[in-house]
Amino acid sequence: MSEQTMGNDRGAAAWRALRGIVSPKILGIIGLLAVVCLYTALASDNFLKVGNLENIVHRTALFGILSIGVAFVIITGGIDLSIGSVVCLVGVMLPWLLVQHGWSVAAGVAFVLLLGAAIGLVHGLLVTRLGLQPFVVTLCGLLIYRGVARGLTQDQSQGFGTAYKGLRSLATARFPIFGEGGFSLPATTLIFLVIAVLAAVFLNRTVWGRYLLALGRNEQAARYSGIDTGRMKLLAYVISSTLAALGGMLFVLDINAAQPSDFGNFYELYAIAAAVLGGCSLRGGEGSILGLLVGSALMVVLNNMINLAHPQYQNVEFAIIGGVILAGVIADELVRRAARRRPAA
Amino acid sequence: MTAAEVPHVEAPLLEVRGISKRFPGVRALDDVSLRVGQAEVLALIGENGAGKSTLLKILAGVQPPDAGEILVAGRPMRFWGVEDALEAGIALIHQELNLADNLDIAGNIFLGREPRRLGLLDLAAMRREAAEWLRMVGLDLDPATPLAELPIGRQQLVEIAKALSTRARLLIMDEPTSSLSARETETLFRVVKELRRRGVSVIWISHRLGEVKELADRVVVLRDGRNAGEIADRAGIEHDRMIRMMVGRDIDRLARRPSHRPGDVVLAARELRTPAHPKHPLSFEVRAGEIVGIAGLVGAGRTELLTTLFGITPAVGGAVAVAGRPVTPRSPIDAISAGLALVPEDRKQQGLVLEMAVRENMSLVSLWPESRAGFVDFARERRLSAEMIPALAIKTPGDRQAVQFLSGGNQQKVVLAKWLAMKPKVLLLDEPTRGIDVGAKAEIYDLVHRLAGEGLAVLFVSSEMEEILSLADRALVMHEGRLAGGLARGELTEENVMQLAAGGRAERMSA
Repeated sequence: MSEQTMGNDRGAAAWRALRGIVSPKILGIIGLLAVVCLYTALASDNFLKVGNLENIVHRTALFGILSIGVAFVIITGGIDLSIGSVVCLVGVMLPWLLVQHGWSVAAGVAFVLLLGAAIGLVHGLLVTRLGLQPFVVTLCGLLIYRGVARGLTQDQSQGFGTAYKGLRSLATARFPIFGEGGFSLPATTLIFLVIAVLAAVFLNRTVWGRYLLALGRNEQAARYSGIDTGRMKLLAYVISSTLAALGGMLFVLDINAAQPSDFGNFYELYAIAAAVLGGCSLRGGEGSILGLLVGSALMVVLNNMINLAHPQYQNVEFAIIGGVILAGVIADELVRRAARRRPAA
Repeated sequence: MTAAEVPHVEAPLLEVRGISKRFPGVRALDDVSLRVGQAEVLALIGENGAGKSTLLKILAGVQPPDAGEILVAGRPMRFWGVEDALEAGIALIHQELNLADNLDIAGNIFLGREPRRLGLLDLAAMRREAAEWLRMVGLDLDPATPLAELPIGRQQLVEIAKALSTRARLLIMDEPTSSLSARETETLFRVVKELRRRGVSVIWISHRLGEVKELADRVVVLRDGRNAGEIADRAGIEHDRMIRMMVGRDIDRLARRPSHRPGDVVLAARELRTPAHPKHPLSFEVRAGEIVGIAGLVGAGRTELLTTLFGITPAVGGAVAVAGRPVTPRSPIDAISAGLALVPEDRKQQGLVLEMAVRENMSLVSLWPESRAGFVDFARERRLSAEMIPALAIKTPGDRQAVQFLSGGNQQKVVLAKWLAMKPKVLLLDEPTRGIDVGAKAEIYDLVHRLAGEGLAVLFVSSEMEEILSLADRALVMHEGRLAGGLARGELTEENVMQLAAGGRAERMSA
């Protein structure tokens, strides 16, 4: 089947890209993703249908954007729990500003993205200047932004109705790359790929990326080496919240409606889980963008597996996803211990 | 209740026979013996690293010895933990007090041994008994006072009261006066003398020879982990004699190299005040090509001087000039841009990112100035490590090896390489060869000499007498936050360094 070979090609390309730069543990998660895909494909005929694959790629991109953002914070040794609420705030504010208040598209989009950046700036300042714990700061953010979103909108669902087709195509457009009826590439995937490449270049090729990795591993040594660790951490929080805002915008453009009480619920946890699965250590200093991509895909495919293969288990979806993540992290730790016992040459 | 009236026994209260203790690469104690009689104050003295701390940890049951015997009142003992030592009547009063400052005095005294009634704390009994122990150490305080409200000197007396409440017959006091004011010290002396009168014994560990003279009945000297002599009569406890015993080893130091001809003043500090010792302004100069050592005892403020120069603990007063230009480093970034480099005291925590590659550690400081529009110049990074690894003779399988797998000496060379890559004007070194084997040490000394020969100004802190004597062109000696004096090349002897380093307020030595 064409879909089957495509999966293999992707795996082979990923393999080539991984060699030399990526530790075996990312191969482990790729293996896990392959196993879950294979299982779902065998259990359900619908898995390999074009529409389903498009949907998986589309949702992987959306969650991947959030995950890249939080990865920057995790690399510094911090955490961002406010992502889901930023998604919600932006998700309801964009239609609220455009539809209820008649803002122009450019003004509305610019405003929500700047709002995201400003939120990150505040988080970063509280963490670096006041020395508050990232967990506490962003936990408060989680509560505040959702509260504000519900208050602003009187808890009413916000949407675009049938208007703003052009803007919504940012999230809904599909590019048929294999002709009519074949696989079409979602626009969100293109956006995600651009961000992923930028993030990978930033992290691996620029001085600031190196600074982030160094301070995540040993902040004191980084400071003693003349790195402005405070400013770098600030940057990480700004990136995280800005990408959360971008993600929130794309989510609402895609779905066309946002209910303030549950839009984006738990998304921070999906993003963090994907980052951890993808090789980010919560101790800081580690992270690969490719790993994040695979981690995000795994989250989405697990959800897909339950929907397609075991719809009767939808109520226990969280338990299944949690169990798989836990198994992945345990396997990762065991591999790491084995690696530590025979020191690298 | 007068529990401190200890019943008399025939055998010495404590006898230590032939204690040895090894740590990887170091023989901390080698066949050390000592005795403490009842109602005796024994002073234990020695240079940094002489083995005093190890010995007292063994006596207090913190660590087991590798060999040797401990006898308490003539009975051989094995201490498996602090509880065993306490059971035998030996209590250690730490340099950093081990008290919970969120509890009150009584709560601290009875921590873990609280009197109970019907399963609940018997607060009344606790406070009643605590008050008695407090009187014993001359404190007339309400036992319900929160510990945090007491000044450090009184907290220490509480700690002593706590030790007495466990029926301790021997108190081991590690540098008890190091953070006390003059008046608090007086009080402590009175308490110790009173305890001695009641039959309690004390092992008093101190660098302050004036105190030793005033308080001790007998002095035991340790040097390089061995017994280096004893002064058994009170009259024989003299300052110079103790210094000679602490220092007097055969001088087998490395031959000194010819000193470099010093050039212009590169680093000048004028009335510099560190946050750790703001009352003591520090003024000194270091010239190009000069290697200046900072000697002094632990806690004399040497590391703080370097971290202040480097902007980590910014100065609270005074001025610094590098090559004639005034700088006020508020952060390492300022210091680096002025041309200062610091090889810090703790290599693993402050000097290196252990999980990162040799190459990445070496380029960390010079990454930004050598970047192109913010992008890492990977070719230059490879050239840097290709140049530094042979130049510093770093033994590593390759420049992509994580530095955590390198030996201590090679790790230290990576730290040096990192700083040399930014071409500093002044090199600050804090304990440059701590935990490094002899061979690598000599290589690092060679390197420092070579760098000074190329015109670098070097200022280093060392707790090793050998290092001060063999590496420095001249030395600054610090004592309790102030510069006690400077020693030029010709005056640089162990005796002179120790005199200045130990020059407590009661002593006559001055710069």
